[in-house]
Amino acid sequence: MAQVSSIAEEQASTPLSSSKSITLRISRYNPKHDDSSVFMEFTVPYQKWTTVLEAILDVKKHFDHSVAVRYSCRQATCGSCGMMINGKPKLACFTKISELNSDVITVEPMSNFPIIRDLAVKFERMFETHHKIKPYLIRDDTELESDAKEFLQSPKEVEQYIQFANCIKCGLCNSACPTMATDSSFVGPQALAQAYRYVADSRDKGKDSRLKMIDEPHGIWRCHFAGSCSQVCPKGVDPAMGIQLLRGYLLGFRS
Amino acid sequence: MKIHYGTAIAAVALVAVHVLMRLTQGFAESLEYESVLANYKFVPYAIMLELILVLLSIHGFNGLRVILLELKQGRIYEKAVSYGCLAAMIGLIAYGSRTIIVVNMGLV
Repeated sequence: MAQVSSIAEEQASTPLSSSKSITLRISRYNPKHDDSSVFMEFTVPYQKWTTVLEAILDVKKHFDHSVAVRYSCRQATCGSCGMMINGKPKLACFTKISELNSDVITVEPMSNFPIIRDLAVKFERMFETHHKIKPYLIRDDTELESDAKEFLQSPKEVEQYIQFANCIKCGLCNSACPTMATDSSFVGPQALAQAYRYVADSRDKGKDSRLKMIDEPHGIWRCHFAGSCSQVCPKGVDPAMGIQLLRGYLLGFRS
Repeated sequence: MKIHYGTAIAAVALVAVHVLMRLTQGFAESLEYESVLANYKFVPYAIMLELILVLLSIHGFNGLRVILLELKQGRIYEKAVSYGCLAAMIGLIAYGSRTIIVVNMGLV
C-alpha cells in the first residue's frame, strides 16, 4: 500500500515540460447533485503529438484527479473516449491538440447521451438499439454443418458492406445526429448503419426481419439525411449512405 | 412512409396537369365564377381535382404528423397526434369534396 502511494506521489510530482500550453475547459457535471454543468479551466502544456485525451489525463494527474473520463485503448479502436471537442463529436485519443488550431480547447460529454459524470456518458441505449437490429449473421445452417465448410464471398460481395464493419460503436454518429437530438425514440445512425452492414452481407438470411424492425415510426424514415453522422465517424464509415441504401431495400429499388 | 413518397410523386404529376390546363385559359379568366363552376362540372377534371385534394391532404397531414412526432415522444402524445392528423385530413377532404358535390348537384 505504501508502495502504491509513493508511485502516486511520484506521478503527481512529475514536472510538466513544454514551452507551449493551451487552456483546457472541462465540463464538470454530476447528475446526482448538480443542477447544471460548469466549466473548469486548466492550463496544460502540450507537444506536437499530444492528444486531447493525454491533456485530460494530464489534468487528472497534476490538477484534479476527480475528472471523470472513459478511455481504454488510446488508439481509436475501442471507441470509449468519444466527447465533444470544441463543439464537435470526436475521439479524444484520436484528436491532436496541435491540429485543433486553438489556444482554448473545450471538452464536453457527447450530446444525445445521458451523462454519468463529467465526460463519461451512458451507452446503454445505443447498445440496446445495436442489439435490437441483430448484429450477427442469421442463417439456418452453420459453417460447421455445411459441406462447403465456409461461406465464401467474392471481393465484390465483401465491398458491399466492409466499410460498415469498421464501426467501433463509439457513438459519435449518434451524438452528431440532429434527429437523435429531438427524437428520443429514434433508432439512430449507428444501429441503422449496422442493419445495412448485415442486410448487405450475402451470407446473411435475416434481411426481412431486420427491415421490418427499422421500418417503424421512429425507425429509418426519421433520418433527414443531414449527413453529420458520416462527417464525424473516426473510422470512415458512412452511416448516411448506409441509411439511403437501406431505404432502397424498403422501397424496392434493391433486393 | 412509403405513402408519403407515393402521394408526393402522384401529386406533382397531377398538379402539373392542373397547371397546364389552367394555362389554356388566361389566369384572370380561369378564376371567374362561371369558369370555376364549369371546371367542377366537367367530371374528368373534377375527379382530378378531387384526387389532388386527397393526395395533398394525405401528404400534408402525414408530414405534419411526422414533424410533431419528432418534437415530442410518448405513447399518448403520439396517438393523439396520429388520430388528430387523421381527423383533420378527413375533415379537409370532406370540406373540399363538398364543394365539388354541391356544384355538381346544382345547388349553386
